[in-house]
Amino acid sequence: MKGVELSGRERTLMTASRYGVVVALVALLLIGALRYDRFLSSFNVLSFLGYNSMFGLVSLGMAFVIVTGGIDLSVGAVAALGSVAAALASPYGIGAGVAAGVAAGLAIGLVNGFAVVVLGLAPFIATLATMLGARGLALLLAGDQSVSASYDSGFTLVGQGDLFGFPVPAILALVAFAVGWVLLERTGFGRTALAVGGNEEATRLMGLRTDPVKWAVYAGSGALAGLAGVVLAAQFGAGQPIEGQGWELFAISAVVVGGTPLTGGNGSVVTTLAGVALLGLIFNMLNFENGLGVISLSAYWQSVIRGLFLLVVVVGQAKLLSRSRPVETD
Amino acid sequence: MSERALPAPRGLDNVWPRLRRSGALLAFAALLLLNAAITPHFLSAQTLNVNLTQVAPVVIVAVGMTLVIATGGIDLSVGSLMAIAGQLAPLIFAGALVPVPTAAVGIALGLVLPVIAVGMLGWLNGFVITRYRIQPIVATLVLYIAGRGIAQVMTNGNLQTFDAPAFAYIGTGRPFGVPFQALLMLATVAGGAFLLHRTLLGRRILAVGGNERAARLSGIPVARVKRTVYALSGAAAGVAGLVTIAINGSSDANLVGMGMELDAIAAVAVGGTLLAGGRATVLGTLVGAAIIQLVRTTLIANGVPDAAALVVKAGLIVVAVWVQRQGARS
Repeated sequence: MKGVELSGRERTLMTASRYGVVVALVALLLIGALRYDRFLSSFNVLSFLGYNSMFGLVSLGMAFVIVTGGIDLSVGAVAALGSVAAALASPYGIGAGVAAGVAAGLAIGLVNGFAVVVLGLAPFIATLATMLGARGLALLLAGDQSVSASYDSGFTLVGQGDLFGFPVPAILALVAFAVGWVLLERTGFGRTALAVGGNEEATRLMGLRTDPVKWAVYAGSGALAGLAGVVLAAQFGAGQPIEGQGWELFAISAVVVGGTPLTGGNGSVVTTLAGVALLGLIFNMLNFENGLGVISLSAYWQSVIRGLFLLVVVVGQAKLLSRSRPVETD
Repeated sequence: MSERALPAPRGLDNVWPRLRRSGALLAFAALLLLNAAITPHFLSAQTLNVNLTQVAPVVIVAVGMTLVIATGGIDLSVGSLMAIAGQLAPLIFAGALVPVPTAAVGIALGLVLPVIAVGMLGWLNGFVITRYRIQPIVATLVLYIAGRGIAQVMTNGNLQTFDAPAFAYIGTGRPFGVPFQALLMLATVAGGAFLLHRTLLGRRILAVGGNERAARLSGIPVARVKRTVYALSGAAAGVAGLVTIAINGSSDANLVGMGMELDAIAAVAVGGTLLAGGRATVLGTLVGAAIIQLVRTTLIANGVPDAAALVVKAGLIVVAVWVQRQGARS
């Protein structure tokens, strides 16, 4: 994936399109609040947060990888592997379950880092391979079936428990996003990550150490996907080796909808969160619309709507950017 | 350096790329010999037919993918397009979409219209990519997500069964004892190879993938070439979708073509096509798919679980791409 240099004007437009996502999110929330009685009920809000926190965790890791101009296709399979590892370790306590899931994810993340940084493989193909590998490992560990997680050790609280009235997974995701925001916006690591995505060669020539940053984003993405797997296992009471299919593409679309271009060098943690929430809201609001009885759309429509939504966003972004660039014609 | 030292490295320079080019073929031959030696009943017509049946849809999709990758693009939507084609055909047999005077006409239309329809959707991929300058991975992600939804919505996610023996022939027919879809596969490979290596379009495809700007400056209609390859990739996916439902005797929008995009990309990569574009081999793709299939057969026939076969497949992709990269460097 080659970096694209953005001019100052283009940067302003990118920022505008990013915050467009936040505006769209607020608008949808307002519509929902006015239109549906129970939209803001604590049940709906809390179950929304609990369910979407897993997607939030993988999307956050994905955002960092994409900022450096890479991609991580392995996250869904890694989440499955993490859920199996966590479920297997869960009888030994909450700590053991969480550590096992995160460690499994981290291990695959390090393999990705090795393949991309040391072997120099294209991130797309390297993580495609680890996606298959992680899926295979998950199935091997689990013996081709789901593995029940221990309720006695309290492990399932990670997915089903509440802390200060909030679901634990939602708190985990919010903390992760807060840390991610600080890392990207307030540290040298974040600046280097952005610089690597903008122009890796130039960054290296400036004397910044690019390889450790690339190792770190893949390791981080793996660890976060592993944590998402922990939440998955705890929420559904079982490690699920075949879960997580297509999560990588959901995460990519959340990042893109959040205004982070796949070309790298530009990105935001906050609007990635908004992207996750927007894609999740589409499903939530579809359910409410069906409840009102005005329309009757099956859950399958959510994919269609999400796809169209993604199309509108990327075309919108492209149109903003293309004002200063020639359009390809015949 | 003395004059006499020169010829030797030159000779080596020649040997290495040749070895690399035929590396996939050598690996394939080695696998065949290994299997003949250790796998029981390997050299039987039945083993051959089972493997051909399983590999045919992958190869058909991968030929289209090879053309797309040759232009420097990627097509993530193929699996979803397979599902759409697979859903359209039974609806057409039943006369639910277009008036069908006789059953024979229904089957003829059911064979042709779905392929045209998803070919047009593929063209739309190319349109979005060229008109709005959106990266192929994002543009085709739209139809990856929405396409599966469209296929599911058609029957509300329900399985479609059909009774059309003439249609089932493309999945279960055995002219001269060879599975029909194997012949279809060979025809697709021959057609793809002819197109890529013997026609003006093929030369243009490679020129666009090699250096897009140079291609444009030399008067090649870059946008039209790209739209054409995505349309062809879509049509190939349509054929593979029809073959898949013909084998199954039913169409399940939730399953048809699931994960096919990655299988096809893996076959292309293992086959030696440069993922950056500009150099491609359709025959290599056939060999790549055959290697992946044969490795799986070898492992499973010798009692290794399917999950472990996935891990091996992951390693295979990494090694293949790494070898390719080493070759590109020298």
